[in-house]
Amino acid sequence: MLGRHSRLDAPDRELERFRFRVGLAGFAVFVAFALLAARLFHLQVVQHDYYSTRAEDNRISLVPIVPNRGVILDRQGTVLARNYSAFTLEITPSRVEDLEATIDGLSKVIEVLPKDRKRFRRLLEESKTFESLPIRTRLSEEEVARFAANRYLFPGVEVKARLFRHYPEGAVGAHAIGYISRINKRDLEIIEESEQTNNYKGTDHIGKSGLEQKYEFQLHGETGYEQVEIDAGGRAVRSLSRTPPVPGNNLSLTLDIRLQEIAEKAFGDRRGALVAIEPATGGILALVSTPTFDPNLFVDGIRSDDWDQLNNSPDKPLLNRALNGAYPPGSTFKPFMALAALETGKRTPGQAISDPGVFNFGGHQFRDDKKGGHGLVDMHKSIVVSCDTYYYLLANDMGIDAIARFMGQIGFGQRTGVDIEGESPGVLPSPEWKKRRFRRPEQQKWFAGETISIGIGQGYNSYTPIQLAQATATIANNGIMYRPHLVKYITDSRTGEKTMIEPEPLRILPWKRQNIEVIKKAMVGVNISGTSARAFAGAGYTSAGKTGTSQVFSLKGAEYKESRVKKELRDHALFIAYAPAEAPTIALAVLVENGGFGAQAAAPIARMVFDYYLLGKLPKGAAREENVEGD
Amino acid sequence: MAEQLAQRAWVRLVKPIDGVLLLLTLALMAVGLTTVHSATADNSSRLLAQAMNMSVGLAVMWAVAQLPPQKLMRFAVPLYLAGVVLLILVFFVGIKVNGARRWLSLGFTRIQPSEILKIAVPLMLAWYFHKHEATLKARHYAVACLLLLVPFVLIAKQPDLGTAILVGAAGFYVIFLGGLPWKVIVGLLAAGAAAAPFAWTMLHDYQRKRILTLIDPSSDPLGAGYHIIQATIAIGSGGSFGKGWLEGTQTHLEFIPERHTDFIFAVYAEERGLLGNAVLLLLYLLLIGRGLMIAANASTFFARVLAGSITLSLFTYVFVNVGMVSGILPVVGVPLPYMSYGGTALVTLSVGVGILMSIQTHRMLVRQ
Repeated sequence: MLGRHSRLDAPDRELERFRFRVGLAGFAVFVAFALLAARLFHLQVVQHDYYSTRAEDNRISLVPIVPNRGVILDRQGTVLARNYSAFTLEITPSRVEDLEATIDGLSKVIEVLPKDRKRFRRLLEESKTFESLPIRTRLSEEEVARFAANRYLFPGVEVKARLFRHYPEGAVGAHAIGYISRINKRDLEIIEESEQTNNYKGTDHIGKSGLEQKYEFQLHGETGYEQVEIDAGGRAVRSLSRTPPVPGNNLSLTLDIRLQEIAEKAFGDRRGALVAIEPATGGILALVSTPTFDPNLFVDGIRSDDWDQLNNSPDKPLLNRALNGAYPPGSTFKPFMALAALETGKRTPGQAISDPGVFNFGGHQFRDDKKGGHGLVDMHKSIVVSCDTYYYLLANDMGIDAIARFMGQIGFGQRTGVDIEGESPGVLPSPEWKKRRFRRPEQQKWFAGETISIGIGQGYNSYTPIQLAQATATIANNGIMYRPHLVKYITDSRTGEKTMIEPEPLRILPWKRQNIEVIKKAMVGVNISGTSARAFAGAGYTSAGKTGTSQVFSLKGAEYKESRVKKELRDHALFIAYAPAEAPTIALAVLVENGGFGAQAAAPIARMVFDYYLLGKLPKGAAREENVEGD
Repeated sequence: MAEQLAQRAWVRLVKPIDGVLLLLTLALMAVGLTTVHSATADNSSRLLAQAMNMSVGLAVMWAVAQLPPQKLMRFAVPLYLAGVVLLILVFFVGIKVNGARRWLSLGFTRIQPSEILKIAVPLMLAWYFHKHEATLKARHYAVACLLLLVPFVLIAKQPDLGTAILVGAAGFYVIFLGGLPWKVIVGLLAAGAAAAPFAWTMLHDYQRKRILTLIDPSSDPLGAGYHIIQATIAIGSGGSFGKGWLEGTQTHLEFIPERHTDFIFAVYAEERGLLGNAVLLLLYLLLIGRGLMIAANASTFFARVLAGSITLSLFTYVFVNVGMVSGILPVVGVPLPYMSYGGTALVTLSVGVGILMSIQTHRMLVRQ
């Protein structure tokens, strides 16, 4: 009985224990589910806002829409820089495993030349991390179709329609217009400093020189944005909203591209610079620096052989000589010296010297060009025949401080403030300048003998062609000095509103009218009967000028014979002029590097420029070639 | 006569079905199917295939429910032995996929023997305990542990930590419900805690990485942490009421990885929100509650521990999966019952629920 009872009891106890443990397990299940519920409550209620934002960030991508860059027009409305749309084949390096293999594969579908590979490699070195880089530009329709058919073979490679910059005039005016090229690390820093980072998302070109650089933020426009929904693979699924871009503003220049072309051609293959200014406004009519270069080469990333050629050429085509070349003005300095003499009262127009052809100072002989001298020389004659002795004496009488003070007023040795970056100041010599320039005390001292050669535009004198042109224009304009500028007005792309770049008188110099007239009359004389009379023979207008020849190196008393001196050591030829003499509309400075005599090399260039600008006359044998360059 | 025959056939076919389990199963399948539809919006053939899987699952469940527990008991030893032999075969001649040797090729198809053990291990252990019901001693527990350890190690070595944990859990539940003394349980827990550092060194690199990324998903946002980050974003952005069916951006823009299989809960939570999650968890809770009730009321030792183990295994699937997707457990490959796409898991699950039904509906017969 007892045994049976216990045998019945055991399973019951066992069942009870089992049920207890099942109950325990049930409790554990309940606790675990409560834990899950708490976690889900935390995610979906407490942190809901945070995760909603994260989900939206995942989903929505802002795709920049690059604005059309503003165009650049010359004063007649001729297009100097414009945009065109073309297809490019682009690789996103971060999405491609084996770049070389991909390019090899591509070259079987579309022609990829070794130069394209070279350029791609160069771009790769300079690139930002995630951008796509062009392996080929300007694809034909057929090439686009051929790639489209094989597209699946090339992940990370795509055809994109992009806007390209084109300079229809090619090399003409390249130093003034400048060029754009791909954004590099230094450009990125500039963009960041200008707080334009957002506006340049999606932009991969930027102005690198000339007006393209100076007016970059005007030309660029405002980047638009498209909100697109993207999937996990980064592919756009649909467009949610779109803010259209605002195209860049257009620049209209004071520059006359046909005048520019004639001036450039007039240089032939000689190195040099020419700046022509409208005296009444400071508007630049032509800004020449030869040799020039084709800015179109830079647009899709310059090929390395082109780059080497431009960069290593002894003629330095990339140097803007008009703004960055500094040269002794030679005898073109004399009219300014004469004006200084009149204004400071050191000379009167009638005061004359007897020129023996040489000036002795401190045991040193300063010689005149003409052996035996020019005889009796007054101020007028000193300019017309370019008498050195007159100016040796004058410089000595005035002293360096008075010369420097006067020349500084006309802008010599200072940046003109022209609207192109990187202008050089040149050197206006003075005792103060020498102290700053040299370190050793014995070099810092100004010697009275150094003042003598300053008088004829030699010595430490060193000015940029644009300074010389500005000073010439200031005389033509009776002492009212304008800031030289290239942009006449900016057209707002949205409103069409034109913002004029107002002629801005930098200074109004208080010169006596009769003093200016003396100088002007003498300069007219130069073109009629003086050193440049031959160059201006038969011109249908009156003009004023002054020739100059500046020494590249000192001959130390030996006689200068052009044919005996190596070309690079030959004198620079200079010429300053304005016309028409009675009411000047154009003033210019011409410089021909190692050109020899100013009258021979530089003055004829000025004549061609004046003939075209004033009379519409084309130079002989240089009938304008129609621009036939294709797009 | 005919009427009698029809009635007997009806009784034969329908009586073994447990109405509550069937209802819960159908409800979960409905939720699962709509979610699979959303997760595979790009590929409608998956929806059809999953509907087929579910039909097969229901048929298997019904078929298993027909078998009385005594008959089930007869399968215990052969199924277990077959499973272990197949695992050993996998060890030597299995197909290697993604660095793991989990499959056996049968020529026309591949099978995953570890799946069999999810049922075979609890069945075997329940049978073993049932046989020694009256005289359970320490050595029986030791033998049971050994019976569990062999397949566990074989599966863990494949490596397939997810399945190994599920098989181990199923076996452990049998041993626990079978009456393993508390002192031993406490001792094992202490030993386990002490062994944890050693276990850490035994883990594969990818397993360690998963545990580390759980602690700080942002340490590897594009690698192992990506799954967790995107899943929690999906769940969190779902909010209280969800973004609406087929409207989940994380789902439809393909930010959620494995969204129709292991991470399907993220899809559901994004589109249905906290409210939907509450409904889903309640359905699971009812299913588990029903299973535990069946276990508590079962008439034999075998039936009790088997039903308990199967039910708690089901709970383990749900807990590990939802815990993993919501970022409180490491990422292990465990599907969510009735929700995740895939036929094998559904069939295994249906066998389990079929057994529960069998145990419930054959109870009276045994009592009588």
